[in-house]
Amino acid sequence: MKYLIIGNGVSSIGAIEGIRKLDQESEILVISEEEFPTYGRPLISYYLAGKIGDDRVWLRKKDFYSKNKVTLKLQQKVTALKLAEKRVVLQGGEEERYDKLLIATGGTPFCPPIEGSQGEDVYFFTTLAHAKKLDANCANLKKVVVIGGGLIGLKAAESLFDRGVEVSIVELAPRVLSAAFDDTAGNIVAKRLKELGFNIYCNTTAKEIKRTEEGRVKGVLLQSGEFLEADAVVIAIGVVPNLTLAKEAGLKVNRGILVDKKLQTSEVDVYAAGDVAEAYDFLVGENRVVPIWPNAYSQGFISGQNMAGANRDYTGGIPMNSIGFYGLSTISIGLVNPPEGQGFEISTYVDEEEEIYRKLVFKDNFLVGCVLVGDVDMAGRYAGYIRFKVPITEDKVKAHLINNQPTYLEWPEEMFQAQWNSAARIR
Amino acid sequence: MKRVYVNPEVCIGCKLCELACLTEHSQSKDLIIAYREERMQGLLPRNTVEESGWITASLNCRHCAEPYCIQACISGALTKDAESGRVVYEEEQCVGCWSCLMACPFGAIKRHPIKEKIVKCDLCPERSIPACVSACPNQALTFEEK
Ligand SMILES: Cc1cc2nc3c(=O)[nH]c(=O)nc-3n(C[C@H](O)[C@H](O)[C@H](O)COP(=O)(O)OP(=O)(O)OC[C@H]3O[C@@H](n4cnc5c(N)ncnc54)[C@H](O)[C@@H]3O)c2cc1C
Ligand code: SF4
Ligand code: SF4
Repeated sequence: MKYLIIGNGVSSIGAIEGIRKLDQESEILVISEEEFPTYGRPLISYYLAGKIGDDRVWLRKKDFYSKNKVTLKLQQKVTALKLAEKRVVLQGGEEERYDKLLIATGGTPFCPPIEGSQGEDVYFFTTLAHAKKLDANCANLKKVVVIGGGLIGLKAAESLFDRGVEVSIVELAPRVLSAAFDDTAGNIVAKRLKELGFNIYCNTTAKEIKRTEEGRVKGVLLQSGEFLEADAVVIAIGVVPNLTLAKEAGLKVNRGILVDKKLQTSEVDVYAAGDVAEAYDFLVGENRVVPIWPNAYSQGFISGQNMAGANRDYTGGIPMNSIGFYGLSTISIGLVNPPEGQGFEISTYVDEEEEIYRKLVFKDNFLVGCVLVGDVDMAGRYAGYIRFKVPITEDKVKAHLINNQPTYLEWPEEMFQAQWNSAARIR
Repeated sequence: MKRVYVNPEVCIGCKLCELACLTEHSQSKDLIIAYREERMQGLLPRNTVEESGWITASLNCRHCAEPYCIQACISGALTKDAESGRVVYEEEQCVGCWSCLMACPFGAIKRHPIKEKIVKCDLCPERSIPACVSACPNQALTFEEK
């Protein structure tokens, strides 16, 4: 048996750990385009901000690969899949054979056709190499425009700001963090950032990146007509799944690579996991690309177990995000912007002065989503109600949830005993 | 693996388990100093006695077989020890992103009151029976393999 994993991000790590729980011997080969052993991708903002150094970006200990008997090939790109022969082709023409294949290729930053975006001084922010490049040039940067006010854009903006750079954020939507959070939460975060000295431009986008005669970035012309001076631009509009390999090999794809409940693609013995996969989403009850870290790990883990013969179902992920901005914690779990008129019930609590906001979304006696800003300590308890679909049948229990006092002792007795006191074999 | 199991039916809500946890994880190993002084510096019990009407129970990390917190941890600060089954936390590595706190459906992870770090149950690696279990006067907590 030979396992081959394309990609070395967190879903790949999940897969290695999933395989090794069941199969300690067979060969595992990991092929990665990047030059580093696995690192915490979200940690690159902490790295650029100077909060952690080269010693702390790694996701696993140095001996992880040797301990798990993994052969790691770095800086090698897989350029084609030969499904019929069970082989992959590497750049340079070399081929590798597999018995079970996992495609864990993640995503690539999306670059819209903006005039002037090709050339020096334009950065992306999704890899450690990107962060190192920005870090090396940071001392020469006075003003930077970040295009995109989502999670990655704001994280890039925050780290640059921490390094003394003047930062402007440009966002097409009416507010920042529009995808994962709701209006109120987005506004509280925007207010905090503005008070700190960030410039935020919403409802507009970059029309052109202006350059000097030498080709260096001079600034960004916005659709709204405004011109923002800048020495550099960070493009953080979004990440698109790396589908090329799968598409060219004829695997079924939609937005991501389509996988069944076992995380197997349309081809037998070929699996996909993480940001590249379109897998089952527990809340909407359909397949969806939800490019978040915990899902990437657990999809990797389950696909690894299945490659090793486990025949397990991926029961589905829940979208969740935790982001902090200068001590202001924000968490969103599940369905936070429900469609109107479908029987969702929303409860909100706002204390603008204290920067506390809480929104709970209910549907038919169940909690299906929440947004927490400022006071996030109960997040896990809310997650429990959502994940285990704990029925909320009494008004008293609902009132406790709404008042930030969820407790396990109000779970139905059998559920409490099953989750807390039986085998604790959770998922 | 052996875990701490709770029996709400016999718990008397005395919170001695919280105090035992506090003492065990203190510098001084002295209840009074731990409570009066070290708490101000951020010492917290890892467990929580929950109350709902007349029912009370002491809850802590389940040391899950496939922990949600580990899936969510972006820094590798949380790992599952293959031999003991403990979910081990390495404070140095943590960046305080609260991803694990959000992901743990058992609410077993707390924020450190001062540092940008988390606090969680370690099952008292230096003891044969965790401090909370030893302290319980009515055997509402047991440490056993089920
Ligand atoms: C700055 C930043 C902050 C983030 N913060 C959070 C957060 O707080 N919470 C959260 O939930 N998520 C966050 N995310 C998203 C999270 O990092 C991703 O969901 C996660 O990394 C996905 O893991 P993956 O293994 O699927 O893919 P990736 O981590 O993208 O790994 C895929 C790997 O495959 C390699 N690869 C691709 N194609 C090939 C090929 N043909 N041959 C060889 N190798 C190839 C790539 O180089 C890459 O190394 C953040 C992302 C960024 C960029
Ligand atoms: S912290 Fe939560 S998810 Fe992690 S092992 Fe403990 S109970 Fe399980
Ligand atoms: S708060 Fe610390 S331990 Fe928890 S997920 Fe973040 S880095 Fe990991």
